[in-house]
Amino acid sequence: MIDRDPLKNVLYIDLTKKRFWIEERRDLFLKYLGGSGVAIKLLEENCSADTDPFSPDNPVIFAVGPLNGVFPIASKTVAMFKSPHTGNLGESHAGGRSALALRMAGYGAIVIKGKSEKPCYIAIHGDKVYFRDATTLWGLTEGVSPARLIRKNEPGAGLRTIMRIGPAGERLISYACVTLETYRHFGRLGLGAVFGSKKLKAVVISGKKDLPVTDFKKYKEIYEELLHQLVKSEKMKKYHELGTSANVLPLSFSKGIPVKNLLTMDLQGIENISGENFAQKHLGRRVACSHCPVACIHLAALRKPYEDEPYFYRTVYLSYDYELIYALGSMLGITSSEDVLKLIEVVEDMGLDAISTGVVLAWITEAFEKGIINDKHTEGLIPEWGNVNIYAQFIRKIVYGQNEFYRYVGRGIDYASSKFGGKDFALTYAKNEMPGYHTGYASHLGYLFGARHSHLDSAGYSIDKEAMIKPMTAEQLVEKILSEEQWRQILSSLVICFFGREIYTADVIENCLRISGFNFNKEDLINIGREIYASKYRFKIKCGFNMDSLSLPQRVFETPSGNGLLNKDFTDRAIQLLKEKIKSLL
Amino acid sequence: MPVFIKDSEKCVGCLVCMFACARAHKAAGVESSCIKVRSQGGISRGFSVFVCRGCEDPPCARACPEDALIVRKNGGVLLNEAKCTGCGYCACACILDAIGWNTVINKPIICIQCGECSKNCHYGVLEFKRE
Repeated sequence: MIDRDPLKNVLYIDLTKKRFWIEERRDLFLKYLGGSGVAIKLLEENCSADTDPFSPDNPVIFAVGPLNGVFPIASKTVAMFKSPHTGNLGESHAGGRSALALRMAGYGAIVIKGKSEKPCYIAIHGDKVYFRDATTLWGLTEGVSPARLIRKNEPGAGLRTIMRIGPAGERLISYACVTLETYRHFGRLGLGAVFGSKKLKAVVISGKKDLPVTDFKKYKEIYEELLHQLVKSEKMKKYHELGTSANVLPLSFSKGIPVKNLLTMDLQGIENISGENFAQKHLGRRVACSHCPVACIHLAALRKPYEDEPYFYRTVYLSYDYELIYALGSMLGITSSEDVLKLIEVVEDMGLDAISTGVVLAWITEAFEKGIINDKHTEGLIPEWGNVNIYAQFIRKIVYGQNEFYRYVGRGIDYASSKFGGKDFALTYAKNEMPGYHTGYASHLGYLFGARHSHLDSAGYSIDKEAMIKPMTAEQLVEKILSEEQWRQILSSLVICFFGREIYTADVIENCLRISGFNFNKEDLINIGREIYASKYRFKIKCGFNMDSLSLPQRVFETPSGNGLLNKDFTDRAIQLLKEKIKSLL
Repeated sequence: MPVFIKDSEKCVGCLVCMFACARAHKAAGVESSCIKVRSQGGISRGFSVFVCRGCEDPPCARACPEDALIVRKNGGVLLNEAKCTGCGYCACACILDAIGWNTVINKPIICIQCGECSKNCHYGVLEFKRE
C-alpha cells in the first residue's frame, strides 16, 4: 500500500453527538484490501451480536478499495450493516458516482453510528462533514424531489454522490432501499430502513483528490489495455447493447424466468417485455456509473398523458434491468412494457427494493387466490395477475398501510407467511425474496447459502447453464458455488463491478494491485477471499443465523426449472455438503 | 480548434475523458483534469461537457495579471507555473468553464491540446482535429 494513499482513512460519524473523526486503519486495508473485506471487519468491530438493526448502535458502513478511482469499472461501493430484513449480515453494492466520490474525498471507508434527534442529512466534502437539517425533506413524496433540493444546496456538481431514502425507508419497511444518482441502488436487505431508523435522509459525498500509483508508465499501459477490452471485448457486449434485459428472451426460452409466483414458467406475450422490445419502444438514453465505459444503465422514456387535462403530458425516465422486468413483470403476469415501467416508477418513488417488492406482490396474489387472505386483510384491494393499477395501489399500501396485514408484508414474506400461512409458496431464502432465475440447482442453493442471499453471491445461473450441457454431481456443484462466492470477495473488496469479472482475471488484478502498492499473487488472493467469506459467515452465525434450519421453498420442486424438475434427494445431498464445507471454514 | 463537442447527447457520463485528461497531466484521478462533465440538472436530462476550444485570442490569457499564460501559435495557452499566483482570474474569464483547478497546489489545470479526452471517448462525443 502506498504511504500517502488516503485509502487508509476511515471516517467515523456519530449522528447522536454530531461529531466526526478520522482513524488511520492501514492494518485493515493491508490485510483485507478494502470494500467487502474491510467492511466486514469494521462491522465486527462496531456491531455486536445482540444489536437491534434499528438501534442507534447499528453501524452503516461504506467501503471502497484500492482500485476505485484508479482503474476503469472499479466503480462500486460496498455498504454493510445489520439487516432489518434478515437480522444478520446486511450487504449491498451500488455504483453511480459513490465509489469515486468516497475514494477521492480521501477515505477508504465511512462508519456512521448513532441516531439523529431530528431528520438530517450528512454532507461530506473532502475532510469536512456537515450535519444538515432535513426536517423539510422528511415525508416528501412525488412532486418534490428531495434529491433535487439537495443537489441545489450542495457543492461538488459532477463529482458527488447523493444517497437518499424514500418514504419506505422513513417508515422502516424492512426491504427499503437507498437510491443514488436517481437510478442506482443499495437495493437489497433494507439499508433504507436503517437510514430511516437513524432519521438519516441522505448522505452527500464529494471529492476529487488525485490518487498515487507506484509506476506511472506501467499504470498508463495497463489502464489503456483494460479500457480497450472493456469497450471492445465480446464478453462485455450484452451490457453495452441491450443491457441485462437481453436475458429475458433466452431465459424464457429455456424456462428459467419465473412466472406468476413460479406457478408456471410460461407466459403468453413475454416477448412484449423483452430487452429487444424495451429498447425499440422506450430506450431514451444510456448512462454509466463514474469511471465505467460500459454504460449498462438503460433509461426508458415513458410518456404519460394527464387524465384530467388534454394536451398535457409528462415524460419520465426510468431505469430498467432484467431483475426488474422479472419482479415487476413476469412474476406478476404483466406482459406490457408500459405496465412494467409504471410499476418501476412507483417502486422508485417509494424507495423500495424492486425484487422483494415484486415477490411480495406475487405471494399476496397467490395467497388471495387460495383464500389464505381476503379483502378484509387488503382493505378492499383485490390482486389479480397482470393488473398493474391494483399492484401500484398495493405498493403504496405496503408503505403507508396501517393495518396488521400491511405491517406484516412490510417485513417480507417470510414474516408474513409465518403469520398468515402460505409458506409452501413463499419464495424466500433465509428471509430474502427470490431473484429472477429458476435455472436449476445452483441458483437456488446459491440464494439459500450465499452470505447475502443474492443471485450475485455466486451467479448460480451460470453454473446451471453449464449443467444444462454437462450434468454435475452435487459435489461438483457445491465446489463451484463456494469457489465462485469466495473469489467474488476479491472483486467486491477492490471494488470491481461484477460485470467486469471476465476482464479482471487473477493476473490482471495482480498487476493492477501492484500499481496501487499491494503485492499479492493469485494464491494469496484466493486465501484472502476465503477469509473474507468466512468472516461474513461467522458474523451471520453470531447474529443467530442457523444453517440447520435452512430449506428451499416447496414451490421450487413443483415447477420444472431450466434443468428440469428439481430432485429433493439431490438438493438434500448438496445442502448437507454445503453445511459441512462452510462449517469447516469457520 | 483541436477538440470540439460533436454530440453531447451521446455522452453517458462515464468520466473516462476526465481520467484521460488527468493522465495527460501525469496524474491518476480527476483533480488534474481540465475537461469536465456534469449532468444537465439530473442524469435523466443527459450531460454537458466542458472542454477548451483553444481560442486564438484567449480571454484567460488576457485576464491573467501575471502574464503566466502564453498564447500558443495555433490556439490555446501554455501555463508558466512559476509566474502563476493562483488568483483564479483565468478560470473566471473562461466562459466555457474549461479550466480545471488543482486545489492541492492551488493552480489552474490548462488544456495542453493533446486530444486524449477525445481519443478515449468510446461514444464519439468529442472530436479531435489537428489543424
